[in-house]
Amino acid sequence: MAIITFSIDGEHYSAREDQTILEIAREHKIPIPTLCHLDGLSTVGACRLCLVEIEGSAKLQPACTAKPVEGMVIRTNTDRLKKYRRTIVELLASEGNHQCAVCVVNGHCELQNLAYEVGLDHVRVPYLFPSKRLDATHKDFVIDRNRCVLCTRCVRVCHEVEGAHVWDIGGRGINCEIIGDMNQPWGESESCTSCGKCVRVCPTGALFEKGATVGEMHKERGFLKYIVTARNKQQWIATAHEEE
Amino acid sequence: MTMSTTITIAPVTRIEGHAKITIQLDEHGDVADARFHVNEFRGFEKFTEGRLLWEMPGITSRICGICPASHLVTSAKAGDDILAVEIPETAEKLRRLLTLAQWLQSHALSFFHLSSPDLLLGFDADPAQRNVFGLIAHDKEFARRGIRLRKFGQEIIEMLGGRRIHTPWTVPGGVREPLDPARRDAMLAWIPEARETVGIALATLQKMHGKYAKDIPEYGNFRSLLVGLVSKDGGLEYYDGFLRIMDGNGNTIADKLDPKKYFEYFGEAAESWSYLKFPYYKPFGYPDGMYRVGPLARVNICDFIETPLAEAERKVFKALSGKAGVVNNSFYYHYARLIEMLFAVEKIEQLLKDPAILGSTIRSDASINRAEGIGCSEAPRGVLFHHYHVNKDGVIQKANLVIATAQNNIAMNRTVRQLASHFLDGRNGKITEGMLNRVEAGIRCYDPCLSCSTHALGQMPLHVRVLDADNHVVDEMMR
Repeated sequence: MAIITFSIDGEHYSAREDQTILEIAREHKIPIPTLCHLDGLSTVGACRLCLVEIEGSAKLQPACTAKPVEGMVIRTNTDRLKKYRRTIVELLASEGNHQCAVCVVNGHCELQNLAYEVGLDHVRVPYLFPSKRLDATHKDFVIDRNRCVLCTRCVRVCHEVEGAHVWDIGGRGINCEIIGDMNQPWGESESCTSCGKCVRVCPTGALFEKGATVGEMHKERGFLKYIVTARNKQQWIATAHEEE
Repeated sequence: MTMSTTITIAPVTRIEGHAKITIQLDEHGDVADARFHVNEFRGFEKFTEGRLLWEMPGITSRICGICPASHLVTSAKAGDDILAVEIPETAEKLRRLLTLAQWLQSHALSFFHLSSPDLLLGFDADPAQRNVFGLIAHDKEFARRGIRLRKFGQEIIEMLGGRRIHTPWTVPGGVREPLDPARRDAMLAWIPEARETVGIALATLQKMHGKYAKDIPEYGNFRSLLVGLVSKDGGLEYYDGFLRIMDGNGNTIADKLDPKKYFEYFGEAAESWSYLKFPYYKPFGYPDGMYRVGPLARVNICDFIETPLAEAERKVFKALSGKAGVVNNSFYYHYARLIEMLFAVEKIEQLLKDPAILGSTIRSDASINRAEGIGCSEAPRGVLFHHYHVNKDGVIQKANLVIATAQNNIAMNRTVRQLASHFLDGRNGKITEGMLNRVEAGIRCYDPCLSCSTHALGQMPLHVRVLDADNHVVDEMMR
């Protein structure tokens, strides 16, 4: 594998040519915000929070999918990127019903943390206050689409890791929503194994355990690295789990 | 002035929320009617439809920043009912502790921060001074003690639930965290000071009873039904027990009523001029079924108080009633509130010294076992009901919240009318400060929480209007 050299935020780095900008940035502790990305799942580049600037290109690139080439000049934290990232979180906040104060993941929510990170002190666009469906028919879990940001982590983990493929996206445009078993109530799903992986990878309070009260839902995601390492490398290493 | 006149006081100050008062005069300048308007609207009952039962304590506690713990406990009790569980002994004791801490901090706020400026500085003192800052200037130590007493209540809530306001610690089935001995000891350390402060407040109030002897008979002095919880053996109750209804002559007209059947006993009327509903006792109809709840009702209807100092004080309180057997004067809400603070301090000490308070079994687990549940407890301002209907998955289909302040609504209107009739000089159509101050103070006796009762949010400036029969403004005042 060829090794290339390039710069990120003025510093020179080298990496294997098959590595993404995000992987390299994480290796070198360069902060780039993400939402749809989760190590162990396939990459979709959907949320656009990890966009970076590449010199000589007018187009911004998602760090999770873009790979550097020799001599590339990458910037991860310009004023333009900060503005865009804040706007993305603002739009996410306005198009759902994110009431942190009474949410089951209050205090341990990736969207909430992102809002702090990008300095979201208010939302400049009107809130849409959509009326979205909450499905509590499953005996252990609940999906509240009001809190869903359509990151599709649940879709991917169920298909790629559990192999059950319960979840999909239904609808179009702003009416897109997560559906199970071709839009059946979760409790009636024949494909769901009730493993709870979707609940754990969900970055917000959209998927949670039934009976959880305000701020009570903690999402432990170490299992994912453990399973993926075992599957890809045939290494059944419990430490991979513990490191998380 | 030839026509009849309406005087409006809006908004009313130093209450929890936003309201105005209008006083309608007849053509002779006498008070024809008085209305206490509450012009806030929040809609909790509507927007909680579709949410989960387990979220309800967290959501409904957001109704109010003063007594979130009361909503939290009552909502969790409605949840217990739907799960059809009996909660562990420790959980019940911890919830009782939380409820009393809530009483203490809210009553301290009402007495020291909101009402003491009237009582100590005088109803006619300069409004710029007649507030908690004026109180600090007047008697620093008294104010400091009041603020610290409230802090005691708040600290118990914080030590139990992790935060002073809007802790989500009480849940359907019990509570979330046990109490550790270190925090128990920290709470106990407060008791001597708290007891002393309530004693000072009681002595101060007794002096005020002498000072305002002439005014007091006009402060909402009328017979009404009194409603509240009593314990199984008839004692003062705050968390559980039965409903008792007493009339203005001291006759118990209904006893041992199951709080879960409140809707069989009480109806809610609505008036076009207020967002605050008008609950009434069904057998007597509206508005004759007027009733009062809260400290005045609770201390009146109970047969005894289980703690010694509060019981001794209750007997002094009851002696005020003379032949009637019931203290009907709303001014004595203040006195009843202080007696309850004394009880709260004594009872908190008892609970903390009970080894069961440190137990680790605190949460009963169950799924949805009933389609309907009702929670009831005594909030600082009176008996509070949360009534939920859920589907088989625990999703709220319908919620009804019956709030203490709403239950005092008819009585508050009656109090305003009485005060206005007595203190208003209607002949020249002019609003006098003295009348305004007393009408406001009359409302303040009830310590109304309009944020709770309309489930609404508000502010507190003061605006007064006088209108004639054709609703033309004759006089207007703002501060």
